[in-house]
Amino acid sequence: MSNVASQVMWNRLISIVEEQAQALVRTAFSTSVREAGDLSAGVYDAAGLMLAQAVTGTPGHVNAMADAVPHFIRRIGRATMREGDVYITNDPWEGTGHLHDFTVVTPSFYQGRHVGFFACTAHVVDVGGRGFGADAASIYEEGIHIPIMRFAHAGRVDETLIEIIRGNVREPDQVVGDLYALATCNEIGQRRLADMLAEFGLDDLDGISDFILTNSRRATLERIAALPRDSATGAMRIDGFDVPIDLCVSLQIEADRIICDFTGTSGVDKKGINVPLVYTKAYACYALKCAIAPEIPNNAASLAPFQVTAPAGSIVNAVHPAPVALRHIIGHMIPDVVFSALDKILPATVPAEGAGCLCNFQVSLRPASGQGRRAEVLTFNSGGAGARPAVDGLNATAFPSGVMTMPVEATEHTGPVIIWRKELRPDSGGAGQYRGGLGQYMEVGPAAGFEADFSAMFDRVHHPARGRQGGADGAATTIALDDGGAMQGKGKQFVPAGRRVMLGLPGGAGYGPAADRDPALIKRDLARGYISAKAAMRDYGLTAADVAAVEAQVTKGETA
Amino acid sequence: MQHAIRLGVDIGGTFTDVVLELAGASHSIKVLTTYAAPEDAIIDGMHQVCAKAGISPAQIDQIIHGTTLATNALIERRGARTALITTQGFRDVIEMRTESRFEQYDLNLQLPDPLLPRQHRFTLLERVDAQGAVLIPLDREEVVALAEDMASYNFESIAVGLLHSYLNPAHERMIRDVLAERLPGVMVSLSSEVSPQMREYERFNTTVANAYIKPLMKSYLGRLKSRLADEGADCPVFLMHSGGGIISLESAAEFPVRLVESGPAGGAVFAAHIAARYGLDKILSFDMGGTTAKICLIKNQTPKTARVFEVARSYRFKKGSGMPISIPVIDMVEIGAGGGSLAHVDSLRQIRVGPESAGSEPGPACYGRGGSRPAVTDADLVLGRLDPENFAGGSIRLHAGASEAALTELGASLQMDALTAAYGLAEVVDENMANAARVHAVENGEDLAGYTMIAFGGAAPLHAGRLCEKLGVTRLLVPTGAGVGSAIGFLRAPFSFEATRSVYMKLSAFDAATVRDLLVALAEEATGFVRNCDASASIAAQSKVYMRYTGQGWEIPVSLSADQAANPDAATFQALFEADYTALFGRTVTGMDIEITVWAVNATTASATATPLPATPTGRMVTGHATRALFDPALAQIVQAQIVPRAGLAPGDTVTGPALITEDETTTVIPASRRAIARPDGSIDITEISA
Repeated sequence: MSNVASQVMWNRLISIVEEQAQALVRTAFSTSVREAGDLSAGVYDAAGLMLAQAVTGTPGHVNAMADAVPHFIRRIGRATMREGDVYITNDPWEGTGHLHDFTVVTPSFYQGRHVGFFACTAHVVDVGGRGFGADAASIYEEGIHIPIMRFAHAGRVDETLIEIIRGNVREPDQVVGDLYALATCNEIGQRRLADMLAEFGLDDLDGISDFILTNSRRATLERIAALPRDSATGAMRIDGFDVPIDLCVSLQIEADRIICDFTGTSGVDKKGINVPLVYTKAYACYALKCAIAPEIPNNAASLAPFQVTAPAGSIVNAVHPAPVALRHIIGHMIPDVVFSALDKILPATVPAEGAGCLCNFQVSLRPASGQGRRAEVLTFNSGGAGARPAVDGLNATAFPSGVMTMPVEATEHTGPVIIWRKELRPDSGGAGQYRGGLGQYMEVGPAAGFEADFSAMFDRVHHPARGRQGGADGAATTIALDDGGAMQGKGKQFVPAGRRVMLGLPGGAGYGPAADRDPALIKRDLARGYISAKAAMRDYGLTAADVAAVEAQVTKGETA
Repeated sequence: MQHAIRLGVDIGGTFTDVVLELAGASHSIKVLTTYAAPEDAIIDGMHQVCAKAGISPAQIDQIIHGTTLATNALIERRGARTALITTQGFRDVIEMRTESRFEQYDLNLQLPDPLLPRQHRFTLLERVDAQGAVLIPLDREEVVALAEDMASYNFESIAVGLLHSYLNPAHERMIRDVLAERLPGVMVSLSSEVSPQMREYERFNTTVANAYIKPLMKSYLGRLKSRLADEGADCPVFLMHSGGGIISLESAAEFPVRLVESGPAGGAVFAAHIAARYGLDKILSFDMGGTTAKICLIKNQTPKTARVFEVARSYRFKKGSGMPISIPVIDMVEIGAGGGSLAHVDSLRQIRVGPESAGSEPGPACYGRGGSRPAVTDADLVLGRLDPENFAGGSIRLHAGASEAALTELGASLQMDALTAAYGLAEVVDENMANAARVHAVENGEDLAGYTMIAFGGAAPLHAGRLCEKLGVTRLLVPTGAGVGSAIGFLRAPFSFEATRSVYMKLSAFDAATVRDLLVALAEEATGFVRNCDASASIAAQSKVYMRYTGQGWEIPVSLSADQAANPDAATFQALFEADYTALFGRTVTGMDIEITVWAVNATTASATATPLPATPTGRMVTGHATRALFDPALAQIVQAQIVPRAGLAPGDTVTGPALITEDETTTVIPASRRAIARPDGSIDITEISA
């Protein structure tokens, strides 16, 4: 096989998994997949090594997808695999971290020979149990569990399995529709793979697998070899559910690998915010890859040198039967703690702390009279990202998650909810030479005649993002009713008819001392209203005359 | 307009193409675009083609114009001093975008700035809900107070975008009335008119973009009209829009955002017209120039349209890095792959090509103007596809030595010589384009087998043959006039306007009377625009609804016949949706409710009728007088290709690959796997040699 042909085929495989993912977005029902991009798709060689993975909104699936297929091979048994088989699971420990994620694996055959696998994952609308939230005390309360098994035998879908799933979830049509969407997208990948093998006159993926893995391993190891052989620790305290949680990490850079260990981290929580190790690995690995080898595509070889461990029973290595439904909250905080250690080894590389986890909430609406239409509305929102070593943090932008928010107009069509406000939150970005990204204000309430339960999934109420290298902290999360009634950052809470929930989503922290900030940027921020006149004087030392000059410029329509 | 004398003008980034058509003849010219006063190039080109044709500008009956000026103004941020007025609580919609990062692994990612800085975005207390009901009425006195506050800013243009205004535009209209009274002379764009569709980010951004370029485009179009009149061409001037039709100059000045991407739209219309001439129903249009390649699917001789596209991508043409414009647009993919695209080797020792382009200065290394990095054109030269002595009709002499040096350096770390590096570079760029075509086909539920490619644009004939091999496309047409395809396309486009509205309706709550009224209202709006352009032509109105299963996020377009639109019923809508859904995704989903989200009516005059191609006579088997060493990537080896001048081919003449069919503007590469036959319309028809 020529080098040129190999290069072409590697590109082709990446294009195939992107197509596979696109087909899933187009046919999926759950909002987290179709609007927000919470899905994954990948192709594997016959040994189960991942060769390419689509870049989607979910770093959380990075390693999970690479690890999943070997679990399927072990459980199903290679000898029993037939053309037309489709396998399935939602096991949090052998899939992607909670029951809401279904992973579907399809063995790929070419001219009668088994040549590889396609796998994909999507977050479904419902899995029964208590519903999506932190309230369960064990995995058994979180919903139906499907161990690794056949979804289809040689092309024939297992109707018994479908009936069991239908009987256990709140939205059976949508969930089963999503399972079919998962199977279909693997089929599309498979068809493209067969075309590629025919075009290049190959019998299997062995040669190209070798080329991809060898090049990826070498490129990743070159990056690691260029780092200082050093070790460092990092720690971060976050809100948790009732009691604060300490996340602790130690990083050790060796010649050919990076070891990332979470010893010292708090134990599992009673509520469903625990994290299976596979999800911890994904976000730790994502953080390291962003900083060290951002452009090397994810595959078995490029991920292998990042070795992530955590003591069993810690909150980042929760074991069965711990509840794990909201494992994303802590999972999304992992990059910040990894960065706190990495900053000591690689200065001027990683950002300051940011909002971390997505600021999601679910509203369950019902008529105040008790009679009539009910609705469930889930939204994804972001606080500010941390400032970078040479640029400001991104305003109201998800990091490390890569998902999108839903349009307010679309959300208001899904149920009787009114979003009264969704705009940037001035002064919430931590001051610094580079300012943290702004969080946002949101106000949300039931439409006239309705009341609601508001399921909060927020952190950083008590532990805001911390500044780096002299930068100031970002603003903390705030949550309350518009009449002043107190609310908690996590858990289901009642919102009476006519009331609104007032949210201040957290800001990212600053990087470097505010005194070193370029005065032109301070004035720009003031003109735009990213910072108030008060903050401009207090945090950045502008004089009253400076402020007046900026304000005069604004009302003359001049931009700096 | 049979036998009318018509002028097509396309202003591109580098060249302004002018095409004059009169009974049975066509004359074209490329002149350099004159940025300071774009109308100068048009006047210059017009005089040149008129001289060629022996007519005076006064004899021109009609001018059809398309331009990248609107796009460039958005990319280069050269718009007017503009403000946005929006609903209180939503000042930052155009800045917060989708709250996501379009590149997941770049820690230093920067998002593009919104078109308007925050201090130029103002809010008013008001609110309409998702059913169009007023929750908080707008107080006229507050609008007056805001207008007075805004006076000192000296805005030239104001965009108004309020939540749910696509359902109830009353508040936006009140604001316009007050602004007309208090800030006369300021141009106003309402989101309920520019883009009346749900999803506030897209709608507001489109409205802001319209407002931002409106003063510039209005003044340009006014100047153009009077300059043309001064030069004797006092005929009607129409504009090509992004949806593939033409609109009046007045509509264009009011909604200039609809001119964005008018050039590529013209190219798609050009390809569609050739498809009609050949009676082909499945076409892959491939337009490759100096910087980008555009790929578009054309079924049944009609380019597919979409409702949203992205302009001004700021990060390697990456999806999400630009700004969404939601207007009817011909659905195509554009990637950073052109003759000037530059190559490098990344840390994985992979050759990467584009989107960075050498442009015309310094140009590819072979131009000898100081460029030292290898571009696609350098690879084409080293592979034997181009004649260094005869590039662009001999106007630019190519330096093969410079290409080889640049490619040798590229290949050094890969242990590749210059030829192998050129092979690798060409294969990577061709694979990039093939992948874009494949993904585009999948998104449209199409399999490219059975498609015919139509290739135009300067670089396309060099790469189209290889692209066909990669895509399994067995037939390729390279038409004449390929260098000015878009301008020719303008002359083939019908008058058309698409009116759209977002109204949610589930089939389980289908209200036939509302549906009928809505479609009638949309048809009246769309037809009215077209009637302004042509007082007498018959106008057809095509209704389309966007449908999905309740719970899905992506709609598919479903076309309605006139009868289905006039007598709507839920069962018919369901059957139409299920048929289209099955075609796209293989199976329907039982038990789910179906909903309609967007309604559209496209009013159009008839397209220019294509004269069917006469039968091709039996011609000669032509062999070139000379041969050149050509690298054939499918064979991965050098072959001797015969050189055949295109001008010497008569209808029916056949050339067997490997061959190079040469002309001033470009060279058509016939791979060893293909043979070419010259058609009576001058097209080169290239098909697979069956094994």
